[in-house]
Amino acid sequence: MKILVPVKRVIDYNVKIRVAADGSGVETANVKMSMNPFDEIAVEEAVRLREAGVASEVVLVSCGVAGCVDTLRTGMALGADRALHVSSDAELQPLAVARLLKAVVGREQPHLVICGKQAIDDDANQTGQMLAALLGWGQAAFASRVQIGDNRASVTREIDGGLETVSVALPAVITTDLRLNEPRFASLPNIMKAKKKPLDTVTPDELGVDVTPRLKTLKVAEPPKRAAGVKLASVAELVAKLRDEAKVLR
Amino acid sequence: MSEYIAPLQDMRLALDLAGLDEVVALPGYEDASRDVVDAMLEEAARLTGELLSPLNRVGDRVGASLGEDGRVTLPDGFQAAYRAWADNGWNGMGCDPAHGGAGMPHLVVTQIQEMVMGANMAFSLCPLLTAGAIEALALCGSEAQKALYLSRMVSGEWAGTMNLTEPQAGSDLAAVRTRAEPRPDGSWRLFGQKIFITFGEHELASNIVHLVLARTPGAPEGVKGLSLFIVPKFIPDADGHPGARNDLRCVSLEHKLGIHASPTCVMAYGDGEGATGWLCGEENRGIEYMFIMMNAARFAVGLQGIAVAERAWQRAHRYANERMQGSEAGMRGGGRVAIVRHPDVRRMLLRMKSQVDAMRLVAAVTAAARDCAARHPDPAQRAEAQVFVELMIPVVKGWSTETAVDIASLGVQVHGGMGYIEETGAAQYLRDARITTIYEGTTGIQANDLVGRKIVRDKGAAMHALVERMRALAASDLPVPLQPVARRFREAIDALERATGHVLATWGADMRLALAGAVPLLMLFGRVVGGWQLLRAALRSHELLERGDGDAAFLHARIVSARFYADHVLTECEGLARTVCEGSDAVLDEMAGL
Repeated sequence: MKILVPVKRVIDYNVKIRVAADGSGVETANVKMSMNPFDEIAVEEAVRLREAGVASEVVLVSCGVAGCVDTLRTGMALGADRALHVSSDAELQPLAVARLLKAVVGREQPHLVICGKQAIDDDANQTGQMLAALLGWGQAAFASRVQIGDNRASVTREIDGGLETVSVALPAVITTDLRLNEPRFASLPNIMKAKKKPLDTVTPDELGVDVTPRLKTLKVAEPPKRAAGVKLASVAELVAKLRDEAKVLR
Repeated sequence: MSEYIAPLQDMRLALDLAGLDEVVALPGYEDASRDVVDAMLEEAARLTGELLSPLNRVGDRVGASLGEDGRVTLPDGFQAAYRAWADNGWNGMGCDPAHGGAGMPHLVVTQIQEMVMGANMAFSLCPLLTAGAIEALALCGSEAQKALYLSRMVSGEWAGTMNLTEPQAGSDLAAVRTRAEPRPDGSWRLFGQKIFITFGEHELASNIVHLVLARTPGAPEGVKGLSLFIVPKFIPDADGHPGARNDLRCVSLEHKLGIHASPTCVMAYGDGEGATGWLCGEENRGIEYMFIMMNAARFAVGLQGIAVAERAWQRAHRYANERMQGSEAGMRGGGRVAIVRHPDVRRMLLRMKSQVDAMRLVAAVTAAARDCAARHPDPAQRAEAQVFVELMIPVVKGWSTETAVDIASLGVQVHGGMGYIEETGAAQYLRDARITTIYEGTTGIQANDLVGRKIVRDKGAAMHALVERMRALAASDLPVPLQPVARRFREAIDALERATGHVLATWGADMRLALAGAVPLLMLFGRVVGGWQLLRAALRSHELLERGDGDAAFLHARIVSARFYADHVLTECEGLARTVCEGSDAVLDEMAGL
């Protein structure tokens, strides 16, 4: 079984995000970039399935600027077998990425796609679901446990109020939640080997996909600073404020 | 709670300035391409930041302990961290691929070692001592010994130690009394007590290979009668598996000022029939082997100083930006500000940061020279690099560690009263750093080595060659903002030359006069080479800014760092030169009341 794992290059989770002065987005120049943490979990799950003998090959794909190659090498150092870079300097929105991935699925013919449930930069949480819809495949989002059976996957999902276990026919798209696994550290020998693993590059044009943005960002701003608190004299005053100012009581 | 974040930007600059491209072009380093090095740095930063750094505090508070049964235990988490370190192949990063290592250049290994030491200095000592033992075995072990021990130690399955010191034999190893008696089967029985044995007993690894200095029957007096023995905790069986427990044990752990998670052991060899050991190399050549390894060991301790200083700076920098106290001086009606706005706090932070930068860059240049000395195809280049390394080792060790203690102390000072309280963590860095000026040769020993072996012996030739290199940079056509830095740098070089000249002139007449000024000379030398590297860093930063390349905020800060250092640290060189030239009489005055 072949597993395709899409990975996104995002601002490292340790970096304190700065909003660009013109409100058009966030500062990305000279900022440390890393693999989206949910995607690391996806890579880990795929590699574990291969190590368990369930999968035979793990292929990574990343869409975006030249720096994505580093992210792909990181994924290969974690154990993926090879990688595909869909090279584009354009802004890639979830629908465009889902279309690119659909085209890649057409080329690669994987039996399973495992992606992170969302990227920590735009928090869109859309690409996996859109991809499943475009492919007409089953989907199991927010997985905290994955078991592969005969042409079916049993997936435990994290939902409001508990866990839900679903069974989907393969091929399918699974998106990962935080508790699915704990990604390993890359070993030094694997970091060195990753450089020699195959990495191909294609463009959206070659895949026949129009990536023109459909959404327009109006403004990006920092959340308002928290205002100073006030001391209240009595419970009655608190209740009054909750009712009249916060409007959380009726 | 403060975590360690590997200073990757600073490290990449250090790699660049030290000539990573030239180093990886050396024969045998082909695997260390820039992208592989980058990936290594990123992953090592993750491992050290996420795994080792969070254990630093518990390591300090709980520390290592010795049970009734003679077993040494470390705080929870150390075992798992060691496994992650070893299983992921980092233990052998600098070792020969023939024994399972990754064969990375010193220059690259140095950056990753700094991360480990900065994240958790106590932890870092276990792999460090193992690396020393690996080097010794590779150097003087027989083929059979190498085959038995090396791959297991490179992988981290087994650890190693160095056993030199005894209660009466500290800096003076001539007094070593541990004795070895030959057995008919070619092995030896060892009897004696060793002290200050770092990671002498622990269970992180399944076996511990002790390298022990001992005296054979009829051996000459003094250091020329010492031989090196391999004494494993568990005697390997025919298949190389740890077998019978050897007659050696840890009888106590020292209670120390810092590095509490590093068990410093008193080791007893041969309480019963004698500890079984095997001669490593030839008889009576033990001290010679130790000296060959000395450079690596001293360099590594200098690196510990740099690493802990970096962490102290990170902690102080963060605190100064968080702690709101007072209003900005000279501003009426202004609100409370973070203490980083106060001029003296800024001065302290810049003193910390500029010196950490200087020390890291000097260490990197030295590490690159070690690679060149080991691998360059041209013998003349190898020899020239080796001369530079020999000259720099006492500086990297002595100057970096003395400065690190000052920096860690400033880190406490930036915190004010909170720094004196253990909860902030600033005090631990000061306590941990304090050992670095002592072990592997005190600062006094480093300074004597610098003066006696590195300056006087070649009549100042190596020093002169370096001074010429530095003068060439100082006299070059520098951009306007760096010219004041270059002026201070020239003054500092003059001071260094004067002090060196004085030492050379007095040594013959009364070497005590020169030795009384040895540490001030070492600190003067360190400041000057630090200034040299900071000027190079500032120049590179200036060029990149002109081109519009790179992180402008980072690059501007490098220029300010060099300017600060020039006016606050290089200016001290003149005073140090006076001390070297004029200060020895009082030291040696018999009426001093000492």
